[in-house]
Amino acid sequence: MSNPTSPTSIALEGVEFSYGPRQPLIIDLASFELGAGESCFLYGPSGCGKTTLLGLIAGVLKAQRGSVRVLGEDLGAMSGAKRDAWRGSKIGYIFQMFNLIPYLDVRDNILLPTRLHSSRRADDLQRIATSLGIEKLLNRGVLELSVGQQQRVAAARALIGAPPLVIADEPTSSLDSAHRERFLELLLEQCKAAGAALLFVSHDQSLATLFEKQQSLPELNRAAPVEAA
Amino acid sequence: MLLLSLAWQSLRNRRVTTLLTVISIALSVALLLGVEALRASARESFASTISGTDLIVGARGGGLQLLLYTVFRMGTATNNVKFSSYEEWAKHPAVAWTIPYSLGDSHRGFRVVGTNADFYDKYRFRKTRKPEFASGRVPVAFTETAMGSDVAEKLGYRVGSKIVLTHGMGAAGIMDHEENPFTVVGVLAKTSTPIDRSIYITLEGMSAVHVGWQGGAPPEPGEEIPASKLTAEQLRPEAITAFLLRAKSRIDTLRIQRDVNNYLPEPLMGIIPGVAMGELWSTVKYAEVALEIVGGFVVLVGLLGMLVAIYTTLNERRREMAILRALGAGPWKILALFLMESLLLAISGCALGVGLMYAGIAALQGVVEQQFGLYLRWQGFQPDHAIYLGTVLVASVLIGMVPAWRAYRNTLADGLSVRI
Repeated sequence: MSNPTSPTSIALEGVEFSYGPRQPLIIDLASFELGAGESCFLYGPSGCGKTTLLGLIAGVLKAQRGSVRVLGEDLGAMSGAKRDAWRGSKIGYIFQMFNLIPYLDVRDNILLPTRLHSSRRADDLQRIATSLGIEKLLNRGVLELSVGQQQRVAAARALIGAPPLVIADEPTSSLDSAHRERFLELLLEQCKAAGAALLFVSHDQSLATLFEKQQSLPELNRAAPVEAA
Repeated sequence: MLLLSLAWQSLRNRRVTTLLTVISIALSVALLLGVEALRASARESFASTISGTDLIVGARGGGLQLLLYTVFRMGTATNNVKFSSYEEWAKHPAVAWTIPYSLGDSHRGFRVVGTNADFYDKYRFRKTRKPEFASGRVPVAFTETAMGSDVAEKLGYRVGSKIVLTHGMGAAGIMDHEENPFTVVGVLAKTSTPIDRSIYITLEGMSAVHVGWQGGAPPEPGEEIPASKLTAEQLRPEAITAFLLRAKSRIDTLRIQRDVNNYLPEPLMGIIPGVAMGELWSTVKYAEVALEIVGGFVVLVGLLGMLVAIYTTLNERRREMAILRALGAGPWKILALFLMESLLLAISGCALGVGLMYAGIAALQGVVEQQFGLYLRWQGFQPDHAIYLGTVLVASVLIGMVPAWRAYRNTLADGLSVRI
């Protein structure tokens, strides 16, 4: 399921970013690569520009310098609206917590990307839900779920329609250690099965060994880290 | 379609706020339309005070004045119509019927109308209704009187009561026609028109109370003539104030009006009630406009309530916006989502408002007619009302732009970073 035209899913070159012309650089990154279908652990403690970097890769933010190529697209050359549509159809995104729209039930939350983007098919809903162990929760309201269940629903939403890239921003930090490992295994397994590359950002280095590739954002990012939040 | 369903589900999720917002919009819309119905009802009720009459004829003077003292029992006439002129017109071959009015006296603030049996038979209001007796009968003898329902109710008169009329419109006292008391023989049913506020006697009765009053003052003591001594000659009316006229064919109305205006024996004028009523109503146009403006502001207040209801959710929904953003919804879609919520609230508010208006009118109809003599009814949907509702919806979108634009800005500023 990897993109045949591009052996890499993410390729960053000389990327610089700041929030406004007189603001300090948040990201100053010589190069970063992620192969198609590869899973990468990106070590990112608070305040190292983690969310900003993910914003650049997901095409929500636009780099002032350098090239950001994701899934074969040069994001710097795309309009904002085009990047929005591209992101929705090609990337699954998991937040740290509160990933779900409170007024939609589990099924509608999972299916949301398929409703926003016709290229993401809803066919594999049952299979994904079953493999993540949430098939019995589909008709529940999301507020009835435990945090662990919520994160698995978020994973299902990121995986549905087989996007070639899944980005997870600290998805396990709200889980206890037993659930953390289990969740991670499921996520890796499902990404592998779908052939999706996984960019996993966390400050918890104990998880790093589960991934094919490990990187540390403070080492990559030459911009001085902003004070720890 | 997805945005619409998201907007709908988001509103449903905030049930109580949504319901309250919809109710406040609904109340304001109901009030706007209710005021509209009130306006139309007032106009209708005003216009239907007199029906079936083609011309009102009186001494030459102001047309509006003539309308006021004949139909609305307001103001006074300055000149009379000779009874002989009246008789001539009543017998005119093109005239179907006439109703004579002889005005000028009062009883405890209520106007006295001297007329004949044709009034009870031919007078029409609200298109086809005519004066009916709640009790008693038409006064026939010159000492008999009938009264409108308001008079009977206010003054506590029944069939059999005796009353004394007062010359002119002053308070009871020295100008009383004490020598000629009247006996109530009939009380009219409520009509919610000025008919209810008058006392009716015969033309002969009107002559009788004025025998010896030719100078406009009471007869000298000792010169009063008791009713039993009055002769038929003395009872014959010399003049009336005005008369209503119905043409045999309505096509003749204008010709008759011209002939009345050119009547040689004395200066008369004829007015067409519909035309004169239209002129009169246009003088109170400003009151209508004022009502309209008030209605508009009430709706504005309702929509501002909606603005507050949506605006206060903006912060708690920043996370939701970030999620939608991550799922590929652009800032414009977020804006559209918020606009859709405003529009849904306004549409529901309008729909409920129309329902409330119908229910309100049904519930208040009886009370309003009882208390204010106004027959309140909804005249059905007019293009105007569609414009009103359309304006409410457009205004809701404009006002909804405020939180929507704010959400758009938040979305751009927050990106994928999520504030809790």
